[in-house]
Parts: sequence; C-alpha cells; structure tokens
Amino acid sequence: MANESDTQHAPGTTATKSGDDHTTQMSPADHAQHPAADHQKKEMHTSTEAHGGAHNDVGFPPFNAETFAPQLIWLALTFTVLYLILSRIALPRIGEIIEEREDRIQRDLETAERLKSETENALNAYEKALADARSNASEIAKETREKLSGEVDIERKRVDAEINAKVADAETRIAETQQKALASVNEIAGDVAKSLVSKLTGTDVSADEIQAALKAASANS
Amino acid sequence: MASGGGHSPIEQFVIKEYVPLEAFGFNASFTNSSLYMVIAVSLITGFLILSTKGRALVPTRMQSISEIFYEFVASTVKDNVGPQGMQFFPLVFTLFIFVFVLNLLGMIPIPGITFTVTSHIAVTAALALLVIGIVIFYGLYKHGLGFFKIFVPSDVPPWLLPLLVPIEIISFISRPISLSVRLFANMLAGHIALKIFAGFIGVLLGAGAWAILAPLPLALTVALTALEVLVAVLQAYVFAVLTCIYLNDAVHGAH
Repeated sequence: MANESDTQHAPGTTATKSGDDHTTQMSPADHAQHPAADHQKKEMHTSTEAHGGAHNDVGFPPFNAETFAPQLIWLALTFTVLYLILSRIALPRIGEIIEEREDRIQRDLETAERLKSETENALNAYEKALADARSNASEIAKETREKLSGEVDIERKRVDAEINAKVADAETRIAETQQKALASVNEIAGDVAKSLVSKLTGTDVSADEIQAALKAASANS
Repeated sequence: MASGGGHSPIEQFVIKEYVPLEAFGFNASFTNSSLYMVIAVSLITGFLILSTKGRALVPTRMQSISEIFYEFVASTVKDNVGPQGMQFFPLVFTLFIFVFVLNLLGMIPIPGITFTVTSHIAVTAALALLVIGIVIFYGLYKHGLGFFKIFVPSDVPPWLLPLLVPIEIISFISRPISLSVRLFANMLAGHIALKIFAGFIGVLLGAGAWAILAPLPLALTVALTALEVLVAVLQAYVFAVLTCIYLNDAVHGAH
C-alpha cells in the first residue's frame, strides 16, 4: 500500500515542486488517488482469493458450492414437473396416436388382404366358369356334330335304299316290258306269218304250227 | 482481467441470482440456471402437448417431430433394455429431452443471459445419481441380494474372482461419475473453446494490421458452433443410452 501510494505521489510532488514546496497542496490530489487505488486493490484481492460468495467473477463457477443448493432445488422441481407432465399426459398421448395408426394400418392391410383373396376367388370362379362353358360348348358342338352326321348318314342310307329300290324296280319293269315286247314280237310275228301264209296259200295254219315254225326259224338263225 | 469480467471465458458459467428465495433453510433463489430449466420445461411440455393436440392420423409436421422423438427414445430403450424396459421409458425420455433442450438452449447466444444448465457438475451429478439410484433400488427390488451378482462375472475361474470383483465394483461406482463428468465437461469445454476463439476475433480487430487475420478465428468459431450443436445433441443421446445400459443391469440382473 505504501509503495503504491509513493509511486502515485511522485508525479504530484514533482508537479507542485515548481510552485510551492508545501505538502498541504498535495492533499486533495492524494485523496483523489488513494481511494481509487484502494478499491482496485480490494477487488483484486477478492477475485484472486475468494472462491465463494455471490461475486460475478469468482474462481470456477461450476465448483462454487454455494450455488449447488439453488441449482439442485430448481432441478428437482423442474425435473419432477417435467417427468409428471410427460409421463401422465404427453407420452401416453403420443403413444396412443402411434398405436392407433399402427392398428389402422394393420386393419387396412388385413382388409386389403381379404379383398385380394376375394378378388382371387372371384377370378378363379370366373375362370372355372369360363372353362366349364368352353368344355360344355365343345361338348354340345361335338354332340350336335355327331347327331347331325348320324342323321345325315341315316338319311343318306334311306335315300340310297330308296334309289336302289327305285332302280331295281325300274330295272324289273324294263325287263318285264322287254319280255312283254319280245313276247308280243313273237305274237305279232306269228300273226303276220299266219296272215301271210293264209294270203299266200289260202290255207289257215294253226297258231301252234306257226309258233313252232318261228321257234325253229329263230333257232336256226 | 479481474475487473473486466465480461471477457473471461468462464464468466458465462456464473450463477446469477435473479430472485433471492429461501426454502427450509436452503438458498433456493431463482437464478439464471432456474430460468433456463423453467424455459426448457415450458418449451418441452408446450411443444409436445400442442403439437399432438390434433391427434392426427396423418401427422402434421410438428406432430411428426414429437413422434420422431418418442419413437427414437422408445427404440433406444427397447434395443438396450428390452420390452420390460419400457416401464422406464418416461424416465429415459424425460432425461433425454431435458438434457437435449438444455444443451441446445445454451447454444443460443443472448448477451448477458445465455447459460448452459448442463455445464454445471451439480446438475449433471444429480441426474447421474438419480439414474444410478434407480438402478440400485430397482435392482434390489427385482432381484433382492442377487442383484449384487452383477459384481461377479460368470464363466470365470474362482481364483480370479478376488481380482475381478473389486474391479467390477469400482467400475460400477465410476458409472455415475463418468456419466455426470462426461456431460458436464463436454458442455463446459465446448463453451469455453467457443468463447476463447470468439474473443480472438475482437482482440485481432483491435490490434491494427493484425485485423487482417480476424476472419480466421471467425471461421473457426462458426465451425466450432456447428461442432458444439452436434456435441449438444450427441451428449444428450449418450446420456440416454448409458442410462438404458445401466437400467439393463437392474432389469436383467447378472450378465
């Protein structure tokens, strides 16, 4: 302290030396300097030495044990409040929202699965029906074809038979007619021969003689 | 330095009393630390409750942020403790979100006010002791004295036990210490480094020709800020994960 005030004194002393050598003139300056130095010293002192106390520039704040109590009390208070609000209100609510969404998605997926299987069933039924219809149609077509071809065969046979019968009939009739014609040729030839003989000779010959003669003639020729 | 406290890198950690209070003979003053804790609690509860007010099936942006936090912590708990651990989910969520928001609030610079609650060992130690306390009490409640088997590793020859058991006990005791010191030291060191490098900018600007170098610490401060945001998030996550790992011992007993 003495040392410091001495150095502070020095300029003042030299300044006043030029005028008056009296020390009483220095006292206002001395007083003005002294409290300032004193205050500075005191501040320096507290800041380097004291680690406690509510000063703004003390040692290392996190290790200042005096601040532990208010920190811990407020920590306990705020943390408890936060825990209670979160565990009672906020977290159950978010949990419910997420669960509800998962349920909904699950439900929707199940519905989609069900609809898909229904669609597949319907598709299968349709395809089966289509295949059935196809096989039915081909069955019917085959049956119809067979039936028609059978009918056609029968008809053809009938017609064939009819034709054959008619042909045979016609042939017999032709043969009969031929025979008749041939027979009448003999008769006509006999008649002609009889009338010729009677005209030429004037004698009647019996039909039997003429016939025998004709036969003999036709046999000779 | 002594009188001009505004430039000291540790000045930001000073606890300032705003409203002097006393409870049960203790100093319960409302300080800047209290203010930040109250702000954090208000922000967290306000956000989580307001954002989920609509209970929308298709979430709004805010609601999906809340849901992301929820599912993130829930999966952390399930992965580390298993389904039985979900009874501790509200605790782990509260710890995580509280530390997370306090860490990040400390990154928002408000001159003369900004304060990082988690940069104080008293707070982090209290949270760590809460976790370890729950681990011990729940472990004893669930397994009785068998809980102490966690100090006896299985599949170890008996003659090694006198060596291993003390090691296990020491490692168990060091858990709350490491849990609290990790968070506290990370936040403290990061904020000190930020303040020092940011201080260099001012010093260089005031040093004549050296001012030309001022952009260097500025760039470094920007980079450090990004890193600190990462650390703030990461430390909250680490705190939550370690809480889960310690709870796993309490739930499942000896490993």
